[in-house]
Amino acid sequence: MEVEAPFIARKAKAGQFIIFRVDEFGERIPLTIADFDREKGTVTIIFQLVGKSTKLLGAKEPGDMILDFVGPLGQPTEIEGYKKVCVVGGGVGCAIAYPSAKALFQSGADVDIIAGFRNKDIVILEDEMKAVSNRLFLTTDDGSYGAKGFVTDQLKNLIEAGNNYDLVIAIGPVIMMKMVAAVTKPFGIKTIVSLNPIMIDGTGMCGGCRVTVGGEIRFACVHGPDFDGHKVDFDELMRRNTVYKKQELAESDHVCRLGLEVKNNG
Amino acid sequence: MSLKKVPMPEQDPQVRNKNFTEVSLGYTPEMAMEEATRCLNCKNKPCVAGCPVNVLIPEFIMKTAAGQFEEAFDIIKTTNCLPAVCGRVCPQESQCEEKCIRAIKGEAVGIGRLERFVADYHMEHSSAVSVPPAPNGHKAAVIGAGPAGLTCASDLALLGYKVTIFEAFHKPGGVLVYGIPEFRLPKALVQKEIDNLTALGVEIMPNMVIGKILSVDELFEDGYEAVFIGSGAGLPTFMNIEGENLLGVYSANEYLTRANLMKAYDSEYDTPIRKSKAVAVVGGGNVAMDAARTAKRLGAETVYIVYRRSEIEMPARLEEVHHAKEEGIIFKNLNNPVRILAGDTGEVAAMECIEMDLGEPDASGRRRPIEKAGSNFILDVDTVIIAIGTSPNPLIRSTTSGLEANKWGCLVADDSMATSKPGVFAGGDAVTGAATVILAMGAGKIAAASMDAYIRSKSEQV
Repeated sequence: MEVEAPFIARKAKAGQFIIFRVDEFGERIPLTIADFDREKGTVTIIFQLVGKSTKLLGAKEPGDMILDFVGPLGQPTEIEGYKKVCVVGGGVGCAIAYPSAKALFQSGADVDIIAGFRNKDIVILEDEMKAVSNRLFLTTDDGSYGAKGFVTDQLKNLIEAGNNYDLVIAIGPVIMMKMVAAVTKPFGIKTIVSLNPIMIDGTGMCGGCRVTVGGEIRFACVHGPDFDGHKVDFDELMRRNTVYKKQELAESDHVCRLGLEVKNNG
Repeated sequence: MSLKKVPMPEQDPQVRNKNFTEVSLGYTPEMAMEEATRCLNCKNKPCVAGCPVNVLIPEFIMKTAAGQFEEAFDIIKTTNCLPAVCGRVCPQESQCEEKCIRAIKGEAVGIGRLERFVADYHMEHSSAVSVPPAPNGHKAAVIGAGPAGLTCASDLALLGYKVTIFEAFHKPGGVLVYGIPEFRLPKALVQKEIDNLTALGVEIMPNMVIGKILSVDELFEDGYEAVFIGSGAGLPTFMNIEGENLLGVYSANEYLTRANLMKAYDSEYDTPIRKSKAVAVVGGGNVAMDAARTAKRLGAETVYIVYRRSEIEMPARLEEVHHAKEEGIIFKNLNNPVRILAGDTGEVAAMECIEMDLGEPDASGRRRPIEKAGSNFILDVDTVIIAIGTSPNPLIRSTTSGLEANKWGCLVADDSMATSKPGVFAGGDAVTGAATVILAMGAGKIAAASMDAYIRSKSEQV
């Protein structure tokens, strides 16, 4: 989805995020910026229809307005000074991995991209990723497209085949980022992950997005969202991301149907 | 003459601790006139000196006593742009009312209650709309639509400046909308005060995080001749104890923002908040009281305040402590958390505390709390809210060259609120660290006068 936001488009950098709110009753939802066009004044976001807010957003037609769109927030991904980089994207995380790969590729680095999906039907951005990499490796869990297996298998093969990466960037489900960091650690390859904890304000005010990195509390919204993958406490992050799951399930009869009905009728 | 204030009508504690409507109902005109007659109209007006924005207190009270409420309002409004707010949230007992001669024998005049009455009366009865003054042809920018920024913008607009306020959140008001709960400060009332400001010609731009979308230097490039930074004391402080990242541990900022700004207490709104049975709020300030009383209203059966000193040292307003107790909040004073214990699923299962004694006064002048060895005990709670303070947000400091800050990250400003960067002024919590609404307003007022002088002197040089 392309959103007209000229001020944000003017400043946006790879790795930064926005927060949106569809209407007065909605939550503030953070989404990493997938692309931006400074000339057109637009910011592209790619998202999964997982909750009420993303479903309402997905139901919007071209030309519709949403209530709030704030950004660019967080620190941009560091892209200076790398020669050979492997960017690993998992599922919709590829939308966030793409601008980082693009920035690195344009900075003159050799870029390999490993993009993993559950199956062929949900592959996104294949051509775009191809255009900003030296090599694109696609994997699907069920083997319906590209190589069968996980991104970690592919990454391990590439490293063992002698590819001397000086940076690995992993963006996707928390469990995938955890596994990628585990693969690169024995090789001592610097690994950056982009975290997506629960957030409200996105400016450091609420502390809800706190993560433990190297034993210290860091706020993903202002210190991140990129962190050293070898220092992040992923298990804690996975737990914290489930904090409202139980409650949402209990209330889902009420909340979720409303979102779905709006989408289907719209 | 009564030694006591005319009592404030309030919702019954056992009713109000289950709803979010305002606790204090406000004086009737008769009550206000009666209370106003308690004012001695002292010649030297000690109360005025106790007010950070120097409200002309005896003057407005005399008008109130005479039933001339609109005249009283006009007097307040000459120095205070947010009277309905101040009448509700100022710590009067340590400001104007502390200096009241009547307080020597008996209770001070209820200055705050009278200010609130006059402001509410005006809102209810007056249809007068603020008219923008003649423009003076100059532009000024204000960062942050909290008490400091709103006051600064109001004063500048009255001088004829074209003022733009940049607010990071989707709604203006700062701590008045995200922090202070509905039951203490109704949001419709804050919105009315803000509407007054826009009627004066002030432009408010929400969703604009200065330091990210625009830098302070870019504001000057866009033609703003002076900039005021009132970005508040954003970052919550944690205790650095075991278990602080468990599910069910909140900063007070997060808990209150969910409840107030995002209206999690209202089922029409989507933002979730934890359904708790037993809650411990750590801290003894107004924010701790607000969090505890909010938790009770959200349905918690037991709510504790865990505070490491005794009640005398509590920084909260007397009225808030009193209201909290009435509503059934349990005060565990002279206790400090040691660690938060986890249940099977990574959620809060309990909090271990230790009893404290008070020793010699420390740097803050308050007696230093000392742990009583071996006095540890377990508090059965499923939610912990940490309300031990905040530190200034680094977003603007870190993206603006030439802006000096002290070791705590507070912006350095002189008595005129000028920072180390020419044309940039700052005030409120961004300069002082966490303090009160009224102190921030006082700073915004001084800054507006300094910005006016700065812009005038620059345009005279040309």
